[in-house]
Amino acid sequence: MGSRASTLLREEEIEEIKKETGFSHSQITRLYSRFTSLDKGENGTLSREDFQRIPELAINPLGDRIINAFFPEGEDQVNFRGFMRTLAHFRPIEDNEKNKNYSGDFIAFRLYDLDRDDKISRDELLQVLRMMVGVNISDEQLGSIADRTIQEADTNGDNSISFNEFIKVLEKVDVEQKMSIRFLH
Amino acid sequence: MFLSLCPFDNLVCILLGISFTVWFTLLLVFIIVPAIFGVSFGIRRLYMKTLLKIFEWATLRIERGAKEKNHPLYKPYSNAIIAREPTSLEQEIKEIRRSGSNRDFDSASEFEMSDIFYFARRGVESIMDDEVTKRFSAEELESWNLLTRSNYNFHYISLRLTVLWGLGLLIRYGFLLPLRVTLAFTGVGLLVFLTSVIGLLPNGSLPAGENKPKNGGICVANHTSPIDVIILASDGCYAMVGQIHGGLMGVIQRSMVKACPHIWFERSEVKDRHLVAKRLSDHVEDKSKLPILIFPEGTCINNTSVMMFKKGSFEIGATVYPVAIKYDPRFGDAFWNSSKFGMVNYLLRMMSSWAIVCSVWYLPPMSREEGEDAVQFANRVKAAIARQGGLVDLLWDGGLKRGKVKDTFKEEQQKLYSKMLVGTQEDRSRS
Repeated sequence: MGSRASTLLREEEIEEIKKETGFSHSQITRLYSRFTSLDKGENGTLSREDFQRIPELAINPLGDRIINAFFPEGEDQVNFRGFMRTLAHFRPIEDNEKNKNYSGDFIAFRLYDLDRDDKISRDELLQVLRMMVGVNISDEQLGSIADRTIQEADTNGDNSISFNEFIKVLEKVDVEQKMSIRFLH
Repeated sequence: MFLSLCPFDNLVCILLGISFTVWFTLLLVFIIVPAIFGVSFGIRRLYMKTLLKIFEWATLRIERGAKEKNHPLYKPYSNAIIAREPTSLEQEIKEIRRSGSNRDFDSASEFEMSDIFYFARRGVESIMDDEVTKRFSAEELESWNLLTRSNYNFHYISLRLTVLWGLGLLIRYGFLLPLRVTLAFTGVGLLVFLTSVIGLLPNGSLPAGENKPKNGGICVANHTSPIDVIILASDGCYAMVGQIHGGLMGVIQRSMVKACPHIWFERSEVKDRHLVAKRLSDHVEDKSKLPILIFPEGTCINNTSVMMFKKGSFEIGATVYPVAIKYDPRFGDAFWNSSKFGMVNYLLRMMSSWAIVCSVWYLPPMSREEGEDAVQFANRVKAAIARQGGLVDLLWDGGLKRGKVKDTFKEEQQKLYSKMLVGTQEDRSRS
């Protein structure tokens, strides 16, 4: 039977989300049924457990960080609007919208910067590295990787990476190609 | 007022009596007797054809209605939303690095900050669409089959369609449902009665058709609902393996044991794998006992895919007879979502659907080959069943319906990524 979707999305809401995020009508309805199917509690919001129920996400080394990106500061529930806003960062930006939004970069920066102080410290970098490699690399090796990375990126010498320094490092990476997800229709 | 009710009362009684008799005669003549003799009136085929024509018409009406109001249709599942490519971790990260680096990629660095994009993208892709969670809820259909439970576009329904739907409701609940309920009660009653009679008779021999499971073998099939059992059992005799249930199921189980030996377990025993394996192997060694019927997925899946087969039944060493079961979802959804609906609710929905249509394929028997372990053998059988039934072959465990995924999968990914970082260091020290 799938999700009963007893609260179907109203047309006005779909239009608003369309304007705000740029998704198409069918993409929004499709993502809405995805949202309701994840919402086991049927209360119109998703909690962290709802996300963790997705096996492919649970085995992603950065799964918890990615889930975090959906929740605003200090909140434990995300509604459909918030859900769509975060997903919009991964939509490929059309050429006529290219306004240097740094969307994809911003989310990536957020994944590193846990305490949201707009700086990636050595500790934060180490944390992410540790999540990605598990137990397979020693502390010393990981430490030297982190040091080298900060050395290369840090231009103002404060031993941490700011958002602008982050952007510089990624300038050449074709972010839009690699970060954005291939949407159908 | 009491007096005036009397003659009316009498009339009602007479009417009820007549309708009951008519009902039972019809039942007997058109369904039970032909079923016993294997004769078909062709009513079923006509029924299905008519239904399909009506469904097509209904869908067209809805689409027309939507076009008139100039709104796109709410088609939540009919199209995939993202294109996912099956590439490896290494390949993808190398590509990301290659596009950003102006060094030649032979001297790839250990770690790049852009590596994170790979994990982020995979994570968000799985949030938007993943292969597993959708297997535990009913499949969505393109065309509407006049059941409200599978429709989201009801504000586009015209008057004619509503009338049709109302008619369908009447037929399904007023005719089909009582019909099937009566059949069920008669059937269960007969079962309990007849099996006690059969239990008194000596052992018979089993008719051996082509690819039909033989004594001493194990029959494995994909699992969608309890109806799978009924369907297979109506086509051959099996020894069932399963937990002892209480209630109605328990009554049926106990009466079945009287006719032929089945292997029922107490719940506590199921956890003891060795005990289970021993009982199964004892059974298959006894050539006079019926083939065992097992559903290795361990739980009901929604019939769009086959999930991981538990290796227990493949370790015993008996010949395996794979069976693929595929339901036609257009007439009624047979999937039992046990976390959402109880048994009674499920039966009610089954009996008030239009029909349950399914195809059963008996595949040629398979045995474990040299050098193959139980898991590989299980996967080989699973692939054969998936291929025949047109189902997606998944490695994920059906147990994910209720439980969490094991950490070992995450550790695998971490290992792969670590190799990328550290591996290059070793190459460097070598050169």
